[in-house]
Amino acid sequence: MSNFFKETDIDTSQAEAIVTETLKNCDDGELYLENHKSESIVLDDNKIKSSTYNSDQGYGFRAVTGEVVAYSHSNDISKESLRKSSENLKDTLKSKKGTYNHEIPKTNSKYYENINPIESKTFDSKIDLLNSVNNYLRSKGSIVNQVTANFLGEHKSIEIIRSDNQVLKDDRPLVRFNVSVVLEKDGKKETGVYGVGGRQSYDDYLKDGSWKDVCDEAFRIANVNLESKPAPAGEMKVVLGPGWPAILIHEAIGHGLEGDFNRKKTSAFHNLMGQQVASEGVTIVDDGTLHQRRGSLTIDDEGTPTENTVLIENGILKNYMQDRLNARLMGTKSTGSGRRESYKHVVLPRMRNTMMLSGKYSQDEMISSVDKGIFAVSFGGGQVDITSGKFVFNCTEAYEINNGKIGSPIKGATLIGDGPSILKEVSLVGNDMKLDPGIGTCGKAGQGVPVGVAQPSILINKMTVGGTKL
Amino acid sequence: MIKDQEFLKDIASFCIENSKKLGATDVGVKVIHSVSENVSFRNKKLDESNRADSFAVNLTTYIEKKKSSINSSDLSKSNLEKLIERCIDATKITPSDENNSLPDKDLMSKEIRDLNLYDETHYPNNKKIEFLKKVEETASTDEKIVNTEAGFTENKNNFILANSNGFLGGYKTSNFSSSCVAVSRINGAMERDYEFGSTRFLQDMMKPEEIGKIAANKAIKKLGPKKIKSEKIGVIFDKRISKGILSTLASAISASAIARGTSFLKDQINSEVFPNSINIIDDPKIEKGLGSQNFDSEGVETNSLKLVENGILKNYLIDTYYGKKLNLKSNGRSGGTTNLYFENGALSFKDLLNSEKKFLYITETIGHGGNIITGDYSVGASGFMVEDGELTYPVSEITIAGNFKEMFKNITLANDLEMKYSTNAPTLLINQMTVAGK
Repeated sequence: MSNFFKETDIDTSQAEAIVTETLKNCDDGELYLENHKSESIVLDDNKIKSSTYNSDQGYGFRAVTGEVVAYSHSNDISKESLRKSSENLKDTLKSKKGTYNHEIPKTNSKYYENINPIESKTFDSKIDLLNSVNNYLRSKGSIVNQVTANFLGEHKSIEIIRSDNQVLKDDRPLVRFNVSVVLEKDGKKETGVYGVGGRQSYDDYLKDGSWKDVCDEAFRIANVNLESKPAPAGEMKVVLGPGWPAILIHEAIGHGLEGDFNRKKTSAFHNLMGQQVASEGVTIVDDGTLHQRRGSLTIDDEGTPTENTVLIENGILKNYMQDRLNARLMGTKSTGSGRRESYKHVVLPRMRNTMMLSGKYSQDEMISSVDKGIFAVSFGGGQVDITSGKFVFNCTEAYEINNGKIGSPIKGATLIGDGPSILKEVSLVGNDMKLDPGIGTCGKAGQGVPVGVAQPSILINKMTVGGTKL
Repeated sequence: MIKDQEFLKDIASFCIENSKKLGATDVGVKVIHSVSENVSFRNKKLDESNRADSFAVNLTTYIEKKKSSINSSDLSKSNLEKLIERCIDATKITPSDENNSLPDKDLMSKEIRDLNLYDETHYPNNKKIEFLKKVEETASTDEKIVNTEAGFTENKNNFILANSNGFLGGYKTSNFSSSCVAVSRINGAMERDYEFGSTRFLQDMMKPEEIGKIAANKAIKKLGPKKIKSEKIGVIFDKRISKGILSTLASAISASAIARGTSFLKDQINSEVFPNSINIIDDPKIEKGLGSQNFDSEGVETNSLKLVENGILKNYLIDTYYGKKLNLKSNGRSGGTTNLYFENGALSFKDLLNSEKKFLYITETIGHGGNIITGDYSVGASGFMVEDGELTYPVSEITIAGNFKEMFKNITLANDLEMKYSTNAPTLLINQMTVAGK
C-alpha cells in the first residue's frame, strides 16, 4: 500500500480539504492517486534484448457537473500543484451548479491478493527462464528461425479521495508471459504467438514446466501456418473455437454496449434496449468478479465495487456497462465499469471479462453441419466502428471446412461483420465455454486497459472472410 | 510553464554522475517535460477540459557490454538515487551483448539548427472554446448530422538528451491540433467521419469552418452504403490512408526487422521493390515539419535519406544496436522515420480516377491485418465505387487483401501530395487487389 503524501509538503487531511472545497458545487469527482511499478524483460535473437523498470506516480483530479468533465493531472504531488489543478477545475466549471452524489457502495470482496509480482521472483530466475525458453524452442530443430520471449509484470496502488473524505484503495498485481516463434521451411516463414497471464505471481503460470506448454503452443501455431493455403474471399459459414475467439463478442457487441456511446446515441445499439439483438440461447455477461483474471477488479477506478453485469440474456438486450457519469445522465447505476489506463487519463465505461455462456451443442455437430466455410481457432486483434457497427478481427489459425470436415489450414485473413446483426446469425452455441489465457488489452480513446474474454464454440451462418482466393 | 533547458540539464547531469559513481561505464539519459491543454465540445456544449503536466526520465546504464534501463516520472533526487541503484544492480546481472554500446562519437549531432518547431504562443482555453464553437456550428448545419464532437489540444514540450561521451542536446517543440467527428443518420442507420489538423504553429492551423465542413460532408457522403460482390479490382487509397503503405515500408526496412530476418523485404536492398517511377524520401530537416528533428533518439545526426530511388530500395532505417549487427553505421533512425513521403506521381487525381472504367475508392480501413514477415495483407474497408471517373455510391462491410510485395509493384501515384502529417502520400492506386464482400 502506497503512502502518497509521505515525502511531500501535504498530508491526507489537507488533500481532503482541497478536494471537498473544489468539488462543493459539482455533481461528482475525486482525487485519484496512483503509484505504478512495472518491468519488462525481453529475450530476442538469442540475447536478453532489454530489461526495463518503470516507476510512475501521480494524481488525476476530476470535477464533473452535468455532462462536463474537468480534469487536471500531474506527477507532482504537492500543495502548490494540487491548488493549481483545483483552480483549473473551478475555472472550467465556474458557471455550473451541481449536487455532489455521495453514494459509493462498500465492498469486502477481493478478487486478487496484494502481491508485487516484480519482487516475488528474482531477476536471475527470470533471465534463466527466458534462456530456457530460447534453448527449448531452438532444440526443436533448424526450422526455428527466431524466438522472442518476455516478462511483463506490474503492481499498481490506487487511492481515491472523494468529497466526503471517503477514501477507497486497491492494490492490483498483473503479469503476462509471452512467447513468439518464427519458423522457416522451404523459404516460407510463419509466426506463432502464445501467452498467459493474470493477477497472480509469475510462478503461478510457469510452475511444473507449464512454461513449456506455452512454447509448444506457439510452435504448434507457427507449424500449422507453414502449411497454410490462401484464404477464401466472400460470405460463408464460420465456426469459431472456444476461448480467445470471443474477441468477436468484445468487438461486435461489447463496445457498442458501453454507456457513453449509448448516452450520446452514437452506438448502433442505442435504441435497442429490451429488444432481441441475438439468437435465443445467446447470453453474454461482463464479469469483474472472476478470481485473479486479467480483466477483474475489486473496485473500479471510481471506487465502485465490481460486479457481474448481464448484457444480453437469451438474446434480449438487458444492460449497458456504466461508469458514474453516464449512469447518472441515463438515470441508472454504475455497473463498476469506470476504468482508466492511469492517472493521466479520464474515466470511461469499459469492459472487464466479457463472456458468452455455454449452450448445448458440441463443436463436432457444428463442423459437420457446414458444407463450405471456415473454422477459426485463434485470433490476433480486432477493431470496431461503433457508429456503423462494422467490426473486424484477424485469424491467426484457421482451417477450411469442406462437406462437414476440417481441411487445410488457411493464411491469416480478416473477418468482417455487422455488430447489431451478427449475433442473430449465431445458429448454434457450444457446450464448451473457455476463458482466454489472459493476454487481452483493449484500446479505446487512446487508453489501454487489461481485459478478458470467454466463449464456447459457436456457429455463425454468414460472415465475410477477407482472403485472396475468389 | 514549460521548464527551461537548465532545469532539465541539471537532472540529466545528476543521473550520469550518479550512475558513473555506482560503476556504470557508459550512460544515456533523456529528461522530458511536457504541458498539454485540451478542450473538447460535443453538440455545441463544453464536454471536457484536460490539463496535463508530465515529467519523464529515461535512463540506460551500461557496464561494459551489459545494459539495463529505468523510466520514472518522479524527478526528485531521492527517488532518482534509488532507481539508479536499482538500474545498476540489474545491469550487473544482465547477460552481456557485444552489440550494446553508445553511438560512435563521430556520428553525434554537432549543432542544433533552429527548424522552427516551437511556437511560444499560448492559446487560452476561452479562445479554444470560440474556435470549437465555430467548428461545430459549420459541422451541424445539415439536418442529417445528428451528433458532433470537436477538440483542440495545445502541447508544449522540452527535452534534454545526454550521454557519458559528452553529448548533450535538446530543444523545445510545440503542437496545436484540432479535430471534428460528425455522425450522420438516415433511415435509422448512422455513419461517422472526421477531419483533423495538426501544426507546429498556431497561425498555420486550418480554419475552424473548414474542419467542421469537411467532417460533416464526409459523414453525409457515407450514408446508405452497399456491400459489393467479391471480385478482383483496382483499389484507390484516399490520401488519409495511403500513407499507411509508407508506414508498412518503414516497419519492413527497419534494421531490427532486417537483422532478425523477420521482414518480407529481407535481402532486397538495391533491388526493385516499387515501379521505377517511385521515389521515397525521409527528410528530418523540414522547417515546421511534424516529424522534424535535429538528431535521433540516441543523439545521432539525422539527414535526408532517399529510401527508394527509381523504385530501388536504397537504405534501411538504422540505429546503433542493429547497425552493429548488420555491420552498418547508424543513419540516425533510432526511433524510426521523420518526415516520410512519396514524391508526387505523374497523374492528376482526376486522371487517376479515369484511368480505368471501374475502381474501388477506399477512405477508411479497420483492423491490423498486415503481416511484416510474410507481407500478407487483409483489412476491413469502406469507401466508394468509382465508375467512369465519378464516385457513384458508398461501400462498406468489405475487406481488401493482397501481399505487400505484389502491391508495392503495382502502385500508381497521383500528383496531389500534401504535407499534412509526419508521413504523407498522394492518392494512390493499387491494381488488382482481392475484395471480399457478398
